[in-house]
Formats: sequence, structure tokens, C-alpha cells
Amino acid sequence: MSKQTSNKATAAIRASLKKRYARERRFQWYGRLAVLTGFVFLFILLADIVGKGWPAFTQHYIEVSVNLDPEVLGLPPNATREQMFTADYLGAIKSSLRAMFPEATGRKDKQQLYRLVSIGAEYDLRDRVLKEPQLIGHTSDIWLRAHAEAGSYLKGQVTAETAEADRRVKDQQMGWLDRLRADGRTESRFNTTFFTQGDSREPEMAGIRVALYGSFFTLLVTFAIAFPIGVAAAVYLEEFAPRNRLTDLIEININNLAAVPSIVFGLLGLAVFINFFELPRSAPVVGGIVLSLMTLPTIIITSRAAIQAVSPSIRQAALGVGASKLQTVVHHVLPVAMPGILTGSIIGMAQALGESAPLLMIGMVAFIMDVPAGVTDPATVLPVQIYLWADSPERGFTEKTSAAIMVLMGFLILMNALAVYLRKRFEMK
Amino acid sequence: METTTVFLVLVLLTIISFFMGRKRSHAVTSGLGGARALHSLPKHYGYMAALWALLPALLVLVLWLVFEHGVITRMVLSELPPAVQDMPASQQGLYFNQIVSYAHGATDASMLDETQVLAAQHYRFYDSTSRSIKALLVFLVALAGAILALRQIRPALRARNHVEGILKWMLFGCSFLAVLTTLGIVMSVLFEAIRFFQAIPIADFLFGLEWSPQMAIRADQVAASGSFGFVPLLVGTLLISAVAMVIAVPVGLMSAIYLSEYATRRFRAVTKPVLEILAGVPTVVYGFFAALTVAPFIRGLGESIGLHVASESALAAGLVMGIMIIPFVMSLSDDIINAVPDTLREASLGMGATMNETIRKVLLPAALPGIVGGILLAVSRAIGETMIVVMAAGLSAKLTINPLEAVTTITVQIVTLLVGDQEFDNPKTLAAFALGLVLFFVTLLLNVIALYVVRKYREQYE
Repeated sequence: MSKQTSNKATAAIRASLKKRYARERRFQWYGRLAVLTGFVFLFILLADIVGKGWPAFTQHYIEVSVNLDPEVLGLPPNATREQMFTADYLGAIKSSLRAMFPEATGRKDKQQLYRLVSIGAEYDLRDRVLKEPQLIGHTSDIWLRAHAEAGSYLKGQVTAETAEADRRVKDQQMGWLDRLRADGRTESRFNTTFFTQGDSREPEMAGIRVALYGSFFTLLVTFAIAFPIGVAAAVYLEEFAPRNRLTDLIEININNLAAVPSIVFGLLGLAVFINFFELPRSAPVVGGIVLSLMTLPTIIITSRAAIQAVSPSIRQAALGVGASKLQTVVHHVLPVAMPGILTGSIIGMAQALGESAPLLMIGMVAFIMDVPAGVTDPATVLPVQIYLWADSPERGFTEKTSAAIMVLMGFLILMNALAVYLRKRFEMK
Repeated sequence: METTTVFLVLVLLTIISFFMGRKRSHAVTSGLGGARALHSLPKHYGYMAALWALLPALLVLVLWLVFEHGVITRMVLSELPPAVQDMPASQQGLYFNQIVSYAHGATDASMLDETQVLAAQHYRFYDSTSRSIKALLVFLVALAGAILALRQIRPALRARNHVEGILKWMLFGCSFLAVLTTLGIVMSVLFEAIRFFQAIPIADFLFGLEWSPQMAIRADQVAASGSFGFVPLLVGTLLISAVAMVIAVPVGLMSAIYLSEYATRRFRAVTKPVLEILAGVPTVVYGFFAALTVAPFIRGLGESIGLHVASESALAAGLVMGIMIIPFVMSLSDDIINAVPDTLREASLGMGATMNETIRKVLLPAALPGIVGGILLAVSRAIGETMIVVMAAGLSAKLTINPLEAVTTITVQIVTLLVGDQEFDNPKTLAAFALGLVLFFVTLLLNVIALYVVRKYREQYE
């Protein structure tokens, strides 16, 4: 190679360098952009949920001067508790509202007026009267739960700017609510109903208690089945399994099950547990069994990794002093591997907590108001409750859905934080 | 006796057996110099007795519980008059439920006819008899097991080996459950699918271009048996998955490349877990986000530039599904890029290539099979994803590849066909299992190919 050609080549390379460096910088920016895109998606998702769900944690109340006239209530003097229980509180609320806003005279006007307070206000009033029977016969200012639509106006979610036909709160109701607000007769309180009640057709009466219990019972069953079986399977495959075709078959099956769509497990649950074994529909026990089959591969795979990570010297030492294979595993290997196994199991449980598709198949998608008392009572779980509410068109349910999502994500964050903590401790050892 | 009581008594019997076994091991060696004469530790003889008491009895209890309900139902049903037995299944079910709820004292007799009241009495009789027999049988089996074990105890009995043998079989049973689960899945979808294909020819299902599973309400309506053409569902599923991949693959792959090749260790340590949150968000949350935020947004955006966008567009569902899959693609690609040997990187950089030339011309070609495998896994996940499409995709099957229109997917149809009232003699319900069969085998095929490709790729660099 002569000197001249080499100079030529160097010059060509030098000339292309600027372009190549620019390309390098561009490429790095693509990478940053991709990471940023992920962040932006995550941020929008969380902000959207929190923004929509935040108002659901408050509930507006309206102070109405209720005239508890025994005649309107339909109560005789010296009424018994039972009579007080069945008295016409709705009538009392209606007549008191009419007294506060005498301008509502037509049938339609009155209906709109009554829609300011919740259907549940009647029961709140009943409980109050049962606690303080001396209120009967007097007019007293009592805070009543606002209707979800009235509440959405008081929360500022609906304004007069929207055309009247497009909103459920009418101009007249807005006027009344404005007057109540000016008189200091409206109040926003923490929404305890959301945590203490079951499902309801009325957004302001709906809560997640049944779903929380259902999720708890379902996870209990899942854990009781998946954890022991998963750990046992992992121990077998890591410590005892001979290398043969049967073991290969088991391993292939576990890896494939980990990637089977969750809804297929629902079909299995429907065909086997409900149709063949005739277990009860909508019950946490069936949901728990199905979810445990679904989470088993996760638990087995992570437990195997944890058992594999135990140093062989521990095994050799135990075997050397005469322990049997099983004693070595139970007394020495498992305790060391336990944090890792627990980490994997918690992650598996978190998966099960967020899962809903297979539960739809086995009928855990029902309208349930009563808190389940055990694993065989009909129940629903938090993600399915979210699915059910997301289908309701009312604005009140949209915010309830988002709030339920916030609760669900809160639990998931707790579980994952626990898993991360365990892993950190494990790594320190 | 209640099942829980039976179970608790069984546990108690097991514990007693343990102590008796241990005591007996001491007793048989009393003349031989105590526990030293035993082959195993005294507690192993206890474990042995306990296992013999517990396991057979537990098996009996579980089998009894599984079959109790069905057998009693059939016994009561067979005694009902022929008029009831000829009822259609759903009506008969309702009729029978009234009997059961009366027998349990949940309703009063006012809603029932005389036969039902009589049947309820029979039901109650069978139910209580079954409970007594169950308790008796379980206890007898437990006692028999314990006595058998106790009688075997001799100093030379290798109790530890015996117990460990049983436990090893139990461990094997636990891992064999995975095979049973797969078998259960295949059987349950296959049997119902075969029944479906008896009603609808398999060719009509696989190549039919129309899907409208609405069946005739009355049985005498001719030719109103719905049409079960699978093609629109497949196209809809693939369309939504394709949109998802268009989002997830570039973002996930580029993020993985950036994080593994360019980012500082600290940036990576913070960024990766944050992006992985996206994988931990429950799918129902994505579904809600897609249906209530993304779909209206895309619709509004489309209309502002004069495009007609369906309110349940494939684009919205696919976009959100893509977001869900980003971390999946990212961590798979990350693993695979990290598995490329450093010597390849160093050789390329040493020749004067820039980092981006190294990545595009050396790393990516070397990692390509692995990345393809990872993408196949992601596609399989997109096809099987249910909640996002149930909440954000359409219900009516339309054969189109326009992402702005509403399409439906396999999983959506499974859910719509099976949620609500079900009758298992109806092609509409059975169709869900046929779809489940297809879904299972498509995802299985993708997974097997993907896992094979990834494993081959790993072996190449080991």
C-alpha cells in the first residue's frame, strides 16, 4: 500500500466521521425517547386513575331540617322499636324537602327535588332515629347523604356550562344546591361507605367491602394450595427427580403452563370444578383453586431458582454428618432458600390478586351485597368488581371504579414492596 | 357431622397416632436397651403411624366430598315423577333448586308443590345419612391405618426410609400436578369442542367468514342456528395484536438497548423497576384505561381531522395492550442482548466502529434469533390477553383490517358466550370451548417455537 492511497482512505474516513457521530447521537436519542415513552405512558395511566378516583373518597352531605312528625312517619304515640324500624322516613324526608323549597310544586319539580338526597338517606335517618328516639315529634337539622348526581355538582365535576340536556343535574337542582351551599348546608366528608358496604345500584351507596372479603378468601385458598404444592414440586425437581423422560415431561409442562392464557384456566375451572365436580358457582373456593393452578408455575420456577442458589457446601456438610437426603433438604436447604421462595410466592400472589379473566368464567361476576362468611359463599373479587363498575355508565361509578383501582394497586404495591424487601435481605446474606 | 369437624377430628387422630407410634417404638425396645436398638429415631415411627392414619382417610374424605353432591342429586331426581324428569334441563334445575333451598330451610313451603316437599324430605334424609356415613368411614379408615402401622413397628423396621419414601412420592405427586393440569385443560376444552363440532361442521368453523352466535329463541325456528365462522375473530385478534406489537416492539427493544448499552448503572437501577411497574398493573386496570380514556381520546382526535373512528376501535385496545407488553419485550430483549459475549462487542469497537454501528451490525444480528423468540412470546401473550379487549374492543365480528373500526377477538367471544346463563346442550356455549381449544393450541405452538428458538440461541453462546 503506498502512502498516497492510505492518506486517501484516512481522508475518506475522516470525512465520514461527522456523519457517523451524528448518527450515533441520534441513535442514543432514540433510546432515550423509548425509555421516556414508557415513563410517559406510566405517568398518564397513573395520573388518569388517581385524577378520576380521588373524588370518590369524599361524599357530600346536605343538611335538611327534617320534621319528624309522627303523623307523617305513620307512628302511634309510644311507638315500639319495630314500628320505628318500618316507619315512613322517606315520606318525612320528602315533606321536609318540600317545606324547604316550597316553589317545587309540579310532579317533575318534586321528583327533581327528591333526587337531591340519596335513596340511602332514608336508612341513615332511620338509624339515627333508632339511636335517638327523642327526635320524633321535633324538627331538627339532620345531615343527609347527597345523591351521586347532586354530589358530582357539589364536587365541581359537572358545571352549568354543559348543555342541560347533556347532564343529569338539571338547572333547577343546581339552583337549589347553590342555595344550600350558600346557607352552609352542604358538607364534604370522608366516604366511609366505600369501605363498609357491598355493591349497590346507586353509586353513593356502593362499596368494596364484599370484594375485599372475596379477594381475601380467594387468595387464602390460592396460597393454601399453591404454596405447599409449589414448594414441594420445586424440591422434587431440584433435589430428587431422576433425569428421565418423565421429569422432562413435567418440566416442559410447567414452562408451558406459565405461558397459557389465564382465560384457558377459567375454561378448565368451569368444565372440571363446576360442571364435573359440581362445586358451587361464584365461590372463592373454586376461584382459589383455579388461581392456584395458574400461579403454580410462577411459584415452582422461582422456588427452583432459590433452591438452586443454596450453596452445595451446605448440602454436602449435612450429608457428610449422616443426614438423609430429605433431612438435608428440610433442615438445611429450605430454611436458607425460604426468603427467595417467599419472594416468588408473594409475586405469584400479587398476580393472582390482580387476575380477573378466569374468575369471570366461573361466575364470580355477580351482583353481591352480602359479605361472604366463608370460602363457599358467593363472592366477587376486587378486579371483577372493577370490571363490573367500569361497565356502568353513571359518572358516580367511574370515580368509584378508579378509587377501587387505587385500593387494588395499593395492595399490589404493598405486596411487591414486601417481596423486594425480602429479596434485599436475601441478597445481603 | 360438619366437614370441618370431621377434618379436625381426623387431624386429632393423626396427632394421637404420632404419639402412639412413638410410644410403641419405646415399648418394643424396652427389653433391648432402649431407643438405641431402633433402626430409626422414635419420632420416625410416630410419623409413620401418623401418615398411615392421615393419608388414606384424607383420600376417602376428598373423594366423598367430590361425589356426594352429585350422587344425592341424582338419587332425589330419580325418585321424582316422570313429568319432572322430562323437563328441559334449565327448568329441572330451577325445580330442583327450590327443593334444595327448602330442604336447607332457606325458603318456606308456600312456593312448593307436594312432590317437592316430599323430595325435600328425601333430600334431607340422604344428606344427613351421607354425613354420618362420611364421618364414620373416615374415622374407621384412619383407625385402621393407624392400627396397621402400629402393628408393624419392630426395632428392625426402617421407619425413616419408609416415611421418606412416602414423602418422596408425595413430592413427585405435587410436581406431577403440572402434567395433570395440562391434561385437564386439554380434556375439558377438547370434549366440549368435539360436541360443538358434532353440531357445526369443522370446516364451517375454520373457514366461515361470518360469526354471529345468536341462536334461535324457539326450537322450531328453522335455519336460525347462528353462524360460527372463525375467520373474523382470528383477523380481529391478529389486528389488535399487530397494533400492540407496533407499539411494544420498538419501544421495548430500544429501551432494552439503551439501558443495557448506554445507560449508567444508576440510571438503569432506577429506570428498570419503574418501567416494570407497567407489567405489574392488573389487566383490568388497562381495560378501564383503554375504554374510558384512550378510546374517547382517539375518537376525538380522529374526528378533529375528519376521520371516522369507532368508539371501540381496535387502535385503542391495541395501543393499551402494547403499553402492557412493553416491559415484557424489554426484559426479554435485555436478557438476550446481555447474553451476547463481550468479545463480539470489544472486537467491533476495537476496529473503530461506533457504539451504534456495533449494536446494529454486530449485536442485533447476533441476538436476532433470541429477540424473535421473545417477540413470539409477546405475541402469544397479546393473543391470550382478555380483560383489555373485553372492556375496550367490540362485540360484533367484522372482517376488516382497518384499526379504526371495532373488531372482536377470540377471548372476547369466549367471555361473552360464557358469562351469564349457560346451558351445556347449546352450540353457543360449546363454541366457547372450541375457541378455547384454538386459543390454547395457537399460544402453545407460539410458546414452543419461541422457547425452542431462545434455547438454541443460548446454547450457541455457552
